[in-house]
Amino acid sequence: MNGTGRKDRREPLIHLSKRDIISPWKAWGIRGIAMFLGLVVCGIAAFLLIEKLQQNPGKIGDFYYTFIRGSFSTSRKLWKFLKNTAILLCISLALTPAFRMRFWNTGGEGQTLVGVLASIAVAFYFGGKIPEWLLLILMLAAALMAGAVWGVIPALFKAKWGTNETLFTLMMNYVATYLVSYFLVVWVPNGSSSLGKLKFGKLPQIYNEHLLIILIVLLLTGGLFVYLNYTKHGYEISVVGESVRTAKYIGINERKVIIRTMILSGALCGLAGYLIAAGADQTVTTNSAGGQGFTGILVAWLGKFNPLMMILTSALIQLLNQGAGQISQDFSVNNSLPNVIVGIVLFFIIGSEFFIHYEIHFRGSGEKKAKGGRLK
Amino acid sequence: MNSWINFLVDSLAFGAVFMYGSTGEILTEKAGHLNLGIPGIMCMGGAGGCLVLNMIGGSSLPPFLIVILGILGSLAFSVLGGLIYSFLTVTFRANQNVTGLTLTTFGVGLSKVIMTKLDTVVYLVRTRDYFRWPFAGRQDSLQLWGVLFFLAIIVAIASSWVLFRTKTGLHLRAVGENPATADAVGINVTRYKYAATCIGSGIAGLGGFYYIIDYMASQEAYLSVEAWGWLSIALVIFALWRPHMTIIGSTVFGILFSLGSFITNSSWIKVTMATIPLLKMLPYVVTILVLIVSSIRNKRENQPPASLGLSYFREER
Repeated sequence: MNGTGRKDRREPLIHLSKRDIISPWKAWGIRGIAMFLGLVVCGIAAFLLIEKLQQNPGKIGDFYYTFIRGSFSTSRKLWKFLKNTAILLCISLALTPAFRMRFWNTGGEGQTLVGVLASIAVAFYFGGKIPEWLLLILMLAAALMAGAVWGVIPALFKAKWGTNETLFTLMMNYVATYLVSYFLVVWVPNGSSSLGKLKFGKLPQIYNEHLLIILIVLLLTGGLFVYLNYTKHGYEISVVGESVRTAKYIGINERKVIIRTMILSGALCGLAGYLIAAGADQTVTTNSAGGQGFTGILVAWLGKFNPLMMILTSALIQLLNQGAGQISQDFSVNNSLPNVIVGIVLFFIIGSEFFIHYEIHFRGSGEKKAKGGRLK
Repeated sequence: MNSWINFLVDSLAFGAVFMYGSTGEILTEKAGHLNLGIPGIMCMGGAGGCLVLNMIGGSSLPPFLIVILGILGSLAFSVLGGLIYSFLTVTFRANQNVTGLTLTTFGVGLSKVIMTKLDTVVYLVRTRDYFRWPFAGRQDSLQLWGVLFFLAIIVAIASSWVLFRTKTGLHLRAVGENPATADAVGINVTRYKYAATCIGSGIAGLGGFYYIIDYMASQEAYLSVEAWGWLSIALVIFALWRPHMTIIGSTVFGILFSLGSFITNSSWIKVTMATIPLLKMLPYVVTILVLIVSSIRNKRENQPPASLGLSYFREER
């Protein structure tokens, strides 16, 4: 505070300053406390909304236990948990290069969806006519291409004219959704608009149908970690993200970086779409991406855009989702309750980031501390 | 009534949903906050109003009081959503996209949980005609022009007037363009951001309420409010951040959205089923085009607020 000349004015009660660095233990401690508080509030909300709990308040212990049961009680649930985490992680990873560049790609949903659509389109037209291995490769190529195109269109305009990328990518989601419903009408002329499971274009099984997906995503995680931290491209992305002016000064062509990174980001979303199409669903609906393009933003942000940390955050979000789903089943309540529960916990986790990034000084807490909290 | 005029009247009534949604979002964005929680807030507003109507719909209160209490209930819920959002993004400086998306998840979920518990006969059938005053009971689509429809137009025009013709509006725009400068001039940035977000959320919430209770007046209406929330965010761009322009924009969007079903109803134009998704895609494509053209023309008054999406910390240099 530079109020040296005005001694009559009192220091404000609360003074904030940015933290320079915080030990990971302390940061995770803060997050842990926030999650705990979030779960407590969830319990209160559940008590207000679930009739079975009101009749029998002793069941509140069951309520929390169900969170864990939702993902771990049977091996089927465990595999489902691992596979869904992998797909969510894949989408989050895809968004990460763009976010590191401060390019707010809110279009993961659409980029994933066109990936699914392109894969299924190939399987729909060529399935059974060409060998299965060739079909799978063609599907992959189509998905990567479609995702990349969906991602690069906003990037081109951002690079050339500075068009707001958050809004542009957001709108592209809905264009993708209606493109899917268009193709569904064309492919299924009987009016039901639901394409059944296709017979061809299914990823081969290793051990079970989920393991291959999980391995692919783990490989991608490692690859992306290296790409972002140990390559020239990764370095350029970080510089453009920190300051476009610095990038220009040291001779980085920031337009090229934006376009290249969004091709990568979109293509990886396309890969996620391929995994959904060929690895899991074998069909496409307008809801194939299931909101994961948006959840992925959250996962990436919570994981500090660090691929390794995102393994944890995606698992956490998936655990909450699946647990809350189990709750709505066991307590026979509306199947939207999970969204409320997950939302409440996330509010607390989002709020906790504040205490990680900022330090709070109360009035009269000492000069020494205030100096320690000065900015870089 | 002529079927085309009937269709236009209906489209205008439909557009009021977006008028509320995007006017609310414009106020928030003018304070520099991209609130992607608007779809959730609209759902919460709808559910809140219906919850109150469910409590008082069966009572013998005078109709105008029921209408006012319903509106207040809707406002209470959506402002609560706005408060959560502004607390996290303004005071706690959390990432706006992440907070908004979480709020949408939460709000949509909460509205569905609440709405399934309500009794349609009490909150909807008994009160619908109160909200459709003065045209209640008509057979054509003019019946949709109720109290909340006219309120939407008034709110849109009034918001424009406040934003562009008053000192408060000037201050608010300054906050959205460059909060540091506004702060230096002595404008209370935090207070403006809170007020704009909460008032904006209240307005947006009414859109959800209007859609459920008046425009659709059906049991399943609440399920599609989220989609209209996203369309409202698109409309903000289309209207170039001017609330009064949302009246025109929302009519165009309304027409495009219902044109599909209208054309298939009339026998003299042949369209296939496949055209409908493409027609519904049009509002978003047009929005993208507007976004591109306005960024190419680069006129200052047509741009998003300069600090949109960034949180403000006074001591940051």
